[in-house]
Amino acid sequence: MRENLKFVAVGHVDHGKSTLIGRLLYDTNSLPPDKMEEVRSMSESSDGVPEFAFVMDHLEEERNNRITIDTAQIFFDTAQRSYTIIDAPGHKQFLKNMITGSTQAEAALLLIDAEEGLREQTHRHAYMLSLLGIKQLMVVINKMDLVDFSQERFTELSQQITKRLGEFGMEVAPEMIIPISARLGDNVAGPSDKFSWHEGMTLLQALDQLQPAVTAENGPLRFPIQDIYDVDGEKVLAGRIVSGTVRQGQNIMFHPCGKSATVDHIKDFPTKKESAGAGESIGLVIRDGIALKALRRGQVACEIEPSPQVGNTVVATVFWMNGEPLQKGDTLDFKCATQQVSCKVKKITDRLNSSTLEILDGDADQLGETEVARLTLKLSDYICTDPFESIAEMGRFVLMRDTNTVAGGVLH
Amino acid sequence: MDRLDELESQSIYIIREAYYHYKKLAVLWSIGKDSTTLVWLCRKAFFGKIPFRALHIDTGYKFPDMYKFRDEYSKKWGMDLVVSRNEEAIAAGMGPEKKLECCTVLKTQGLKLAIAKHGFEALLLGIRRDEHGIRAKERYFSPRDEKFQWDYQDQPPELWDQYKNQAEEKTHIRVHPLLHWTEKDIWYYIKREQIPITHLYFSKEGKRYRSIGCTPCCNPVESTAANVDEIIQELETTNTSERAGRAQDKENVYTMQKLRALGYM
Repeated sequence: MRENLKFVAVGHVDHGKSTLIGRLLYDTNSLPPDKMEEVRSMSESSDGVPEFAFVMDHLEEERNNRITIDTAQIFFDTAQRSYTIIDAPGHKQFLKNMITGSTQAEAALLLIDAEEGLREQTHRHAYMLSLLGIKQLMVVINKMDLVDFSQERFTELSQQITKRLGEFGMEVAPEMIIPISARLGDNVAGPSDKFSWHEGMTLLQALDQLQPAVTAENGPLRFPIQDIYDVDGEKVLAGRIVSGTVRQGQNIMFHPCGKSATVDHIKDFPTKKESAGAGESIGLVIRDGIALKALRRGQVACEIEPSPQVGNTVVATVFWMNGEPLQKGDTLDFKCATQQVSCKVKKITDRLNSSTLEILDGDADQLGETEVARLTLKLSDYICTDPFESIAEMGRFVLMRDTNTVAGGVLH
Repeated sequence: MDRLDELESQSIYIIREAYYHYKKLAVLWSIGKDSTTLVWLCRKAFFGKIPFRALHIDTGYKFPDMYKFRDEYSKKWGMDLVVSRNEEAIAAGMGPEKKLECCTVLKTQGLKLAIAKHGFEALLLGIRRDEHGIRAKERYFSPRDEKFQWDYQDQPPELWDQYKNQAEEKTHIRVHPLLHWTEKDIWYYIKREQIPITHLYFSKEGKRYRSIGCTPCCNPVESTAANVDEIIQELETTNTSERAGRAQDKENVYTMQKLRALGYM
C-alpha cells in the first residue's frame, strides 16, 4: 500500500481553499466522471472555467452562499503517494471547525489571496497551527492572475508572511512558498509560462516534499488505560500506546497512582505478541495482582524513568471555541488522553486576540470565542502529563462544559 | 506500523471509546463490505467476542445472498444479532416505487423503531468520508436529536482523539470508526485479514456490485474482477465513483444531504 499524508488547507475566507482543492483533484485526475459532470452542470460561471469549490462544498447552504461551513476530508493520489486533504472553513465563526480539521493533520497549507494579502483569518489560522504543534507548513500565494502574475507582489507577500510566522516561532522554507492561480491552474500540477520568474516548485512538487508524521516509538513508554476487560477470566488492560514500546517481562509503573507491575504478555487477536510500539491498540496483561485493584481507565502505564509529571494543578495555553465565554471560577471537565477530572478556573492571564496577537488583559475575568489565554486550573484529582513538545498526546487536553467540547489546550 | 495497521488501530480505539462511554451500544450491520469490516474490527477490539448487539435493518428488499451470509456469519462469530423490520410499513405496501420515501420509511424509520425498542444510546456505523461529499463532513462521534436530525450546520468540535462522551437526553450518538478509510483501504484490509465477504462483490458474467443495499435500487457495474485481488487491481485504475450504482445518490444533488439530515445513514 502507498504512503499517505494528511494536510489541512487553511486561510482567510474567499482566498480560494475549496477552489484549490477542486483544482488539485481535477488536475490529478482524481474526480470521477459523474462528479465532474455534477460540478459542470451546477456551475454558473460563464467563462467555461468550472466552479471547483463545488467539489468540496457539498451542503446546499455552502453552495448557495459560496462559503465553506464545515471541515471535510477528501482523498487524492500523486505519483509519489496518496493524500488526505482536510478542507477547513475560513470564516471566523467557523473557527472550531478549522481547529477540528487541523488537529487531524500532519502538515498545513496556508493560502493567501495575492490581491487581498494577509487578512484577519490568515493571521489567526497561522497562529492556531503553531499552538496545535503543526510544524510543517507550506504557503501558497493564490489568485496570482489578479495581480498580473507579479513577482514583486509575490516577494512582498512572502516577506510579510515569513516575518509574521517568525513572531510565534513558525518557519516556512523559502522554497515552500508557491505562487499559483487555482482557478486557472497555473503552477498547480504543472509549471506555467506565466511564472517565467519562478524557478521553484509547482504546488504538487512542494506537497511531495512534506514528510509524514513519525510514530513516537523511541520515546518513553506511555500507555493510557482506556478500559479493562475480562477475557476468559483474565484481566486485560485495553488501550493504545501513545509513546515508546512495551515488552513482555518489562517493569512498568502506573501513574498517577504510583503502583508498579510487570508485563506478563501483550494480548492481540487472535494471537499474543512479545512487544508493541507507539500507535498500536493492544491489550496488556500484567503479572502483579496487587496493582490490578487500583487500576481503572485513566491510569497510565509508564517507563520507570523518565516518569511523567504528576499533580493537581495545571497552567496551560487554552483556546476558547464556544459562543458563551469562560468565566473565572467556572467548573469544567478536563480530558487528557483517557484521564478525565473536573477542574476549576483559578486564573485567566495574558488574554490574547488570536489574530492580532494583541494582549487584551494581563489578568482577565473571562475568555471569549477565538481568544487564547494562559489558564491556571485546579483539578479535582491528580493526573499525569508530559510537556506537549515531548509527548503530544500527554500534553494536550480539551475542556468540556455540560456535554460539549468548549476549548482545547496544551501544556508546556 | 504500515497504513493498514494505523487505520485498524485508530478504528479499534474509537470502538473501545464508544463501548466505554455508551453501554447501550449496537453495531449496525448492513452485510456489506464496510460494515462487515467494522464487525471484524469489533471482534479484534474485544479479543473475539463482541460485548454488544449487532443490528440489521431489514427492508425486506435485500439480496438473498445477504440474508444467507448474515445467518451464516452471525452464528459463526457468536454475534448477538437483532433484525429489525418496519413490518407495518411493509404491510402497508411501502416499496421502491416510492423512491426516497421508501429509504426514509424502511431504513431510517426502521432504525428509529429499533432504537426505541432496544433503547440504544449509540450506534457504530461503517460509513466512510470518501463515499460521499456529505459523509466527508461527518465527525467520528456525531449526535442526532430526538427527531433524529443531524445539525450539520453546527457540529460539535472534535479535537485529536477526544470524542463526545456524553449524550444529551433524547438523543443518540452515531459513531463512525471507519470514517478515515477509503474504499481501497477496505479492500486491502479484507485481503490482509482474509475477511469473508458476500459474493455479490465478485464479477459474474461481466458484472459485479461495487456497493450493495436493496435489490431494486442497486445496479451492478461492468467488471471482470472476480476476487479480492482483481477488485484491488480494478480500483487502482478506475475513476468511477463507488456509489454510481446507488439510486439515492442520483435523484438530486442534495438528496443525500436531505436524507442524512432526517437520520439516514
